[in-house]
Amino acid sequence: MYAYDELDRTLINERVSEFRDQVKRRLSGELTEDEFKILRLQNGVYLQLHAYMFRVAIPYGTLSSKQMRRFAHVARRYDRDYGHFTTRQNIQFNWIKLSELPDALADLAEVGIHAMQTSGNNMRNVTSDQWAGVAPGEIEDPRIWSELIRQHTTLHPEFSFLPRKFKIAITASEHDRAAIKIHDIGLRLHKNADGETGFEVLVGGGLGRTPFIAKTIKPFVPGRDILSYIEAILRVYNQYGRRDNIYKARIKILVHELGIEKFSKEVDEEWRLMGDVGLTLDHTAIEEVRSRFSYPAYEKLPHMPDELKQAAHDPLFERWRKNSVFPHKVQGYSIVVLSLKPVGGPPGDASADQMDAIADLADRYSFGEIRVGHEQNLALPHVAKRDLPALFKTLDRLGLATPNVNLVTDIIACPGLDYCSLANARSIPIAQELTRRFANHDTASLIGRLHINISGCINACGHHHVGHIGILGVEKNGEEFYQITIGGRADENAQMGTLIGPAVPYAEVADVIEDIVEAYLALRDRPEELFVDAVKRLGVEPFKERVYATR
Amino acid sequence: MPLVKNARIITDLFVHVADGVELAGDGAILVTAERFLADPEALLRRAGKVGVIWPNNRDLDGLVPYLDRLAVVALVFPTFRDGRAYSQARLLRERHGYDGELRATGQILRDQFVFMTRAGFDAFEVKKDADADAFADTMKRYSVFYQPTGDGRVTALHRRQQLRHSESAEQ
Repeated sequence: MYAYDELDRTLINERVSEFRDQVKRRLSGELTEDEFKILRLQNGVYLQLHAYMFRVAIPYGTLSSKQMRRFAHVARRYDRDYGHFTTRQNIQFNWIKLSELPDALADLAEVGIHAMQTSGNNMRNVTSDQWAGVAPGEIEDPRIWSELIRQHTTLHPEFSFLPRKFKIAITASEHDRAAIKIHDIGLRLHKNADGETGFEVLVGGGLGRTPFIAKTIKPFVPGRDILSYIEAILRVYNQYGRRDNIYKARIKILVHELGIEKFSKEVDEEWRLMGDVGLTLDHTAIEEVRSRFSYPAYEKLPHMPDELKQAAHDPLFERWRKNSVFPHKVQGYSIVVLSLKPVGGPPGDASADQMDAIADLADRYSFGEIRVGHEQNLALPHVAKRDLPALFKTLDRLGLATPNVNLVTDIIACPGLDYCSLANARSIPIAQELTRRFANHDTASLIGRLHINISGCINACGHHHVGHIGILGVEKNGEEFYQITIGGRADENAQMGTLIGPAVPYAEVADVIEDIVEAYLALRDRPEELFVDAVKRLGVEPFKERVYATR
Repeated sequence: MPLVKNARIITDLFVHVADGVELAGDGAILVTAERFLADPEALLRRAGKVGVIWPNNRDLDGLVPYLDRLAVVALVFPTFRDGRAYSQARLLRERHGYDGELRATGQILRDQFVFMTRAGFDAFEVKKDADADAFADTMKRYSVFYQPTGDGRVTALHRRQQLRHSESAEQ
């Protein structure tokens, strides 16, 4: 965990006072709604279909039990007893009153939580691998760098009014769980031939109306130079990114229009001219931040404790363990994913009672620590294997042990037309229906890893382009229709899915997905061939044929 | 529109002269980039001070040769969501060593004062009287800064390192 010091806490409190003043000026009419809009968006407040929505940052997905309890408190006191975890390591509250927002923020600030730059045209919450610091084989803990970048990007005096939003994600593992290739800047931590730690820097990824996979702009930037290099990219973007059309304002369009070579030359030139502007991170600066991350005092535990051997006789426990429990870098410990995708439920929601219970479980079994992943699930990152059976019992009772992690019902979905004023179509009911269709866990396990991503409009908050199956809501003659893509992925081999054919009406979406899955089961050359690999091998044709032959 | 400089509301001695309007007398003037670049030497020969309003989409290269003879550079915020002039301001101050008045003009609200000051602005044509009145208080909103800029404010990282040094010196 990162422990905020007095300076971090002061800044958060100062931001709360500033926001309180902004809300007061809006309520008194001193600020017009147009003026206030930009200011509230700088602090995570959207106006949705029915109410204000409040998005709160969980930087790089790390959360303490105390912070989680505070989310429960905010949900109860200011909202409707639940919160929604998003694809960018944030939590959203959907029913908050404008007049109460400053108090909610102040309550969160007491535990070091803020909403700075969770929306607006600025550098957004820095995201990272939700298993950072515990995943086996990691180069080093990417959260040290995430925190350095978080600080550097917070209330930046030059880049708080960019052409459009700007998202940075960091991974330090070979397997990319942070989806860095669909970010404005993606950073992959690695070591060069001399053993020095640095980053492969990717730029210009993003989804939305014009999706792009990020391109490598520099194969290696030493860690000490990463802030100045990011500053150079941002300065080029701030000056030359398009501002005439919001759909062409992301850095991906600038990179695309200039070409990566030209863009990279511009950045290099700026970087060279910048010289030493106090952004170089020397050893002590890095160690300063590193020293404020604390790590659990792990015990020396056996790889296979008796408790686990005994519990192996319980088929329900075994099914959950095989699905939701993942290897930890320390022997005798596991990473446990808590599915927020119960059958029939909206993906990513947690009730206030669940949040409190998860906080208690984190204290009891995970050194008080919780993680939030972009798949809209949570994780307890340090569970002793001997505790797994007891943990399972409690999670199961809480509805948090659905054994569907990475399976067909582990659906990523945006809020869609149920909440969002931008949406063309509903997302959540589609997800709910699909979880019912595939509710049988044996069938779901037989299908294997399959990511379904749903967006209610082209803005792609549900990352539909990179779902193994992507579902995009569109509006046709006043009715909800859905375009289906297959073969997308968000990991280190990220690519966009391919459209299989004409959009289908709301009522047929679940049938179409079932057809696609059945086609896959019939076509895969062996059970281990994942859906996405089968699509790669076969192309979309056989799936298209299956779906449209009878429609 | 009140002008705030050095944290106080002051009388603007510079007259905005529109393109095509004849110059009267030797008073201080603010002219557009087009007018200035049409004949910079003629304008700079006048007895009165000269300032230039530089658009936010124009490269600074054309302005740089004249910086040491200009009294004011005014950078433009057509709307407060358009942040290009923040980069221009930092480049003028930190790269080109401009030390005259750097004025923010356009849609200026109190909520930009801290950012603008940090980027190098020292004069503000503020839209609303209430915001101009609130300048000094608004500048006290923040006491912690994460980024180094040319304004010389000590960053959080620096303060931490100083703290650490003084702690280890005591031991």
